[in-house]
Amino acid sequence: MKFPLSWLRDYLETDADAGAIADKLTDIGLEVEGIENPGAKLAGFTVAKILSADQHPNADRLHLCMVDDGSGTPLQVVCGAPNARAGIKVVLAKPGLKIPATGDVLKIGAIRGVESRGMMCSERELELSDEHNGIIELPDDAKIGAPAVEALHLSDAIIDINITPNRGDCCSVYGVARDLAAAGMGKLKAPAIEPIRGKFKSPKTVSLDFPVGKEAACPLFAGRFIRGVKNGPSPVIVQEQLKAIGMRPISALVDVSNLISHAFGRPLHVFDASKLKGNVSARLARDGEKLLALDGKAYALDAETIVIADEEKAQSIAGVMGGEETGCQSDTVDVFLESALFDPVLIARTGRKLGLLSDARYRFERGVDPAFVIPGIELATRLILEWCGGEPSELAIAGEAPMQDKTIAFSADIVKRFGGLDVAESEIVRILTALGFAVEGQGRLIVTPPSWRSDVEGEADLVEEVVRIYGLSQVPSVPMERPHAIARPVLTPAQKRVRLARRSIASRGYLETVSFSFIARKAAALFGGGDDTRQLANPIAADLDALRPTPLPSLLAAAMRNATRGANDFALFEIGAGFKSGVPGEQTSIAAGIRVGLGARCWTKDSHPADFFDVKADVLAVLESVQGSPMNAPMKPKASPWYHPGRSAVLALGKTVIAEFGELHPAILAAFDLKLPVAAFELYLDALPEAKHKAKSAFAPSPYQAVERDFAFVAETKVTVDDILRAVKNAERNLIESASLFDVYEGKGVPEGRKSLAISVRLQPKDKTLTDAEIEAVGQKIVAAVAKATGATLRA
Amino acid sequence: MSDCESLERQILDAVASAADDAALEQVRVAALGKKGSISELLKTLGGMTPDQRKENGPKFNGLRDRVTIAITERRSALAAAALDAKLAFERIDVTLPVRPESRGTIHPVSQVTDEIIAIFADLGFAVAEGPDVEFDDYNFTKLNTPPDHPARQMQDTFYVNPQADGASHVLRTQTSAVQVRTMLVQKPPIRIIAPGRTYRCDSDATHSPMFHQVEGLVVDESTHLGHLKWVLEEFSKAFFEIDHVELRARPSYFPFTEPSLEWDIRCDRSGGQIKFGVGEDWLEVFGSGMVNPKVLENCGIDPTKYQGYAFGGGIDRMAMLKYGIPDIRSFFESDLRWLKAYGFSALALPTLDGGL
Repeated sequence: MKFPLSWLRDYLETDADAGAIADKLTDIGLEVEGIENPGAKLAGFTVAKILSADQHPNADRLHLCMVDDGSGTPLQVVCGAPNARAGIKVVLAKPGLKIPATGDVLKIGAIRGVESRGMMCSERELELSDEHNGIIELPDDAKIGAPAVEALHLSDAIIDINITPNRGDCCSVYGVARDLAAAGMGKLKAPAIEPIRGKFKSPKTVSLDFPVGKEAACPLFAGRFIRGVKNGPSPVIVQEQLKAIGMRPISALVDVSNLISHAFGRPLHVFDASKLKGNVSARLARDGEKLLALDGKAYALDAETIVIADEEKAQSIAGVMGGEETGCQSDTVDVFLESALFDPVLIARTGRKLGLLSDARYRFERGVDPAFVIPGIELATRLILEWCGGEPSELAIAGEAPMQDKTIAFSADIVKRFGGLDVAESEIVRILTALGFAVEGQGRLIVTPPSWRSDVEGEADLVEEVVRIYGLSQVPSVPMERPHAIARPVLTPAQKRVRLARRSIASRGYLETVSFSFIARKAAALFGGGDDTRQLANPIAADLDALRPTPLPSLLAAAMRNATRGANDFALFEIGAGFKSGVPGEQTSIAAGIRVGLGARCWTKDSHPADFFDVKADVLAVLESVQGSPMNAPMKPKASPWYHPGRSAVLALGKTVIAEFGELHPAILAAFDLKLPVAAFELYLDALPEAKHKAKSAFAPSPYQAVERDFAFVAETKVTVDDILRAVKNAERNLIESASLFDVYEGKGVPEGRKSLAISVRLQPKDKTLTDAEIEAVGQKIVAAVAKATGATLRA
Repeated sequence: MSDCESLERQILDAVASAADDAALEQVRVAALGKKGSISELLKTLGGMTPDQRKENGPKFNGLRDRVTIAITERRSALAAAALDAKLAFERIDVTLPVRPESRGTIHPVSQVTDEIIAIFADLGFAVAEGPDVEFDDYNFTKLNTPPDHPARQMQDTFYVNPQADGASHVLRTQTSAVQVRTMLVQKPPIRIIAPGRTYRCDSDATHSPMFHQVEGLVVDESTHLGHLKWVLEEFSKAFFEIDHVELRARPSYFPFTEPSLEWDIRCDRSGGQIKFGVGEDWLEVFGSGMVNPKVLENCGIDPTKYQGYAFGGGIDRMAMLKYGIPDIRSFFESDLRWLKAYGFSALALPTLDGGL
């Protein structure tokens, strides 16, 4: 909310300057977002008077003026404005000044052969408005030679504050003054608002027509008829106040409600009474009822919208915006004033539903002062009578303001307990009283908030009032107790897993990304998502409308963008949520990664396209760091459909899938417009079993010589290495320490449909050195076990 | 010169001039082989008188030993020379590049989150978590923000389509929802922080529809604004790694705290770089307040017995300030160049002892 300092001074007697006031505003919670000084760029421009304006000897459209700038010596100024004439007061720029609109520095010049020693300015040249039909004409009482900013009423600083939603009471210049006065910034000047004596009974009655149970929608409605007004411009000072806060003055009858709304936070409406048919009521709109509002748009209303209606139809969206048909015009003669109380919740709902922001809505939804309904209409009446003349009726009133019976029991020591601040009880009482609270008692105080503070509901609110006025800077810094002298670990096993996974994936060459949890529906559908219940109801963009089932599509989209920029060998990962539905808690933590590209070109010829074995190595290594030991879960071929069906695998413990990985399906790559090979993994971090902290047995290496023996088996192609290695290891569990594959061969020398697998077995005796015969016996056991399990035979 | 001496001279000359292993072997055979000159000489000892043997024995044996040593030494020298020659031939261009390997990185959001955790863990704050899709009740209502509350307009909320049961959930607009989840299951004393993703329907140069917040919550029987101030000051010093910070509190409004405060940090942005603790600028860093008693009550905690404070700040924003990253939107664009420029080493886990 913006207001000029001079307007504030109408209600606050203070010597403080704009800077001090701004600091105090921020201190008490009315955060200053900016101080504008519109007059700053007009320093040096002065008030002058045109003494004579003659025809320029060499140009039809130019005037040759003699101007009194207060120096005693008239200046010769050439001017092209049609309104330049003797006797008017103008804004004069003398040589050396910079003209705001052009940025040019004015020089003594010759215009069509005649010397000109200055320039008389239009509003556009001073960047005051777009007005450029002529030069500014200042009021007659402007003092010649005085700074133009004073005559233009621009010497004022304009303060822009941010009002938090709880401070409906500060949505007005008067409200801000009241808060500042309580904070010791000066004395509040409360306006004396006298009731206006009506000359006749209002020809229009007001009524509250609400169904039983909905009466709270509008508890109080005051109206007044004023006949015989003459609409015209409002006083210049009011116009300037409105302009200063960015409003366009329209006419006295319109400006009066804007003025009272901004000065006192009391929205009012002025109807052209001749356009209202019969009596006036506040009621809920009928379903399907329509209204053309003052913004020129037609709105469809519903039964939750409060309207002000005449006997025919709704004429105003109550508390939000008036109707176009009943608005005041220049020829309006009779007016009907409305001042009422509306339920903030209904006003907010209506405003939101209709997408209508207005000054009235802003104030009503934050809560207006229920005690100011009648003073507001009295003040409006007085101003209309002053500005437009006319004869007022008596007030027509329906309903009454709700009772103010809220008291809060407040023990003064709670300020210390909550705020950590020692404030004497007398000071607490002083602050609350200054803010308008009624305070009774001692120690255990009974506090009644003022009518304008509907936001104050309990002790905690009162603590806030006291500390914000007393000063938050006074709150001391108090060390918290350490729960343990030396900090204990705080991370849960799941949190440690995530951290280990993240850092071990990065250590394998992946760049970590963080991307939006929502993606395009089409992309989500490729990864098992994209259903209605995972759609956002109000996405920020059409291609960010689906909760992602896994981070993979985000990574692929990123890969595509980077590939477009020329990247052709990289690895990305992200740890984030995969959404199984749109229900809270139905999300899993997934570490997903992609290796992309043909491999960096290298003179050693070591590189290769991203493939299954890259990501298999990554998954196993990451699992080992996360679990603290190698993962023994069995590996099964064929992961989810977005993977290559023949080059992907699933790692599962029972039915719990821990990881899926492999080369991506070509159709997926095509969908992301990726021309590079991609191998990917998804690690389901929530599915991992908790790492076991078994007490480790002491390290006791065997003193006996280990023996390595190689075997070459010929097996059917469909037999897996895993099948053979398991058979090998099971052949003599006590002796076989490890078995590993070191070669695979298919082709010449091996029958069609078969392959040769070379396996190295390490035997580690624990209690004696093995004899040749014993080694031979184990070898035979191995061959027999492999043959039994897989049908493979020792290669001849 | 005796025969013996001249023989020695002759053999040693031959050893010295042997150009390779083969030539040296010839010399050795000629001297020490079965029929070699020294072997022959030694054989003559058998036919000598004891006196002659006494005189010639040491002489001949000495000759044999010296020649043997000379041959061994020469052999080593030849081997060394041969190795030198071979190694000289094996020289490579040491400026050739290494085999390709990529350097992974940790995203600034993760790194800063770990930094924040390290600091608060030292004060005994546990890390609490909640889901991204949240119940409206937890994100708003229990936090004292009923459906038509004007504060709901402060935050543009993303809604998920209605579910099968008709319920409509939100993408959490604030990590404060985790406060609710924590208090519903844990009795005081509570000390937690809750870092995580948050979402608002807002996108421009300074806003991203997804961003990260960290929430802090302390509930016990006596904690107050003074403790809150201390924690934020100590955190700021530790996080920005400076000895002095100045925080300024401003009264503000959040439905879930009362009193509510926002905290600005004193800084200097005049030189294009940001410096904390000096200057005339104030930069907003945290929202905070005493937990509204209604929130405690909504979460099943007796507000007449317990009280607490809560605070929150933007993780991305803290990362931007600490590491001079200009645009929040760039965090989520996954541009390789950006990830490499602002990412952290996998091994650079922040610790209080090693630095953050």
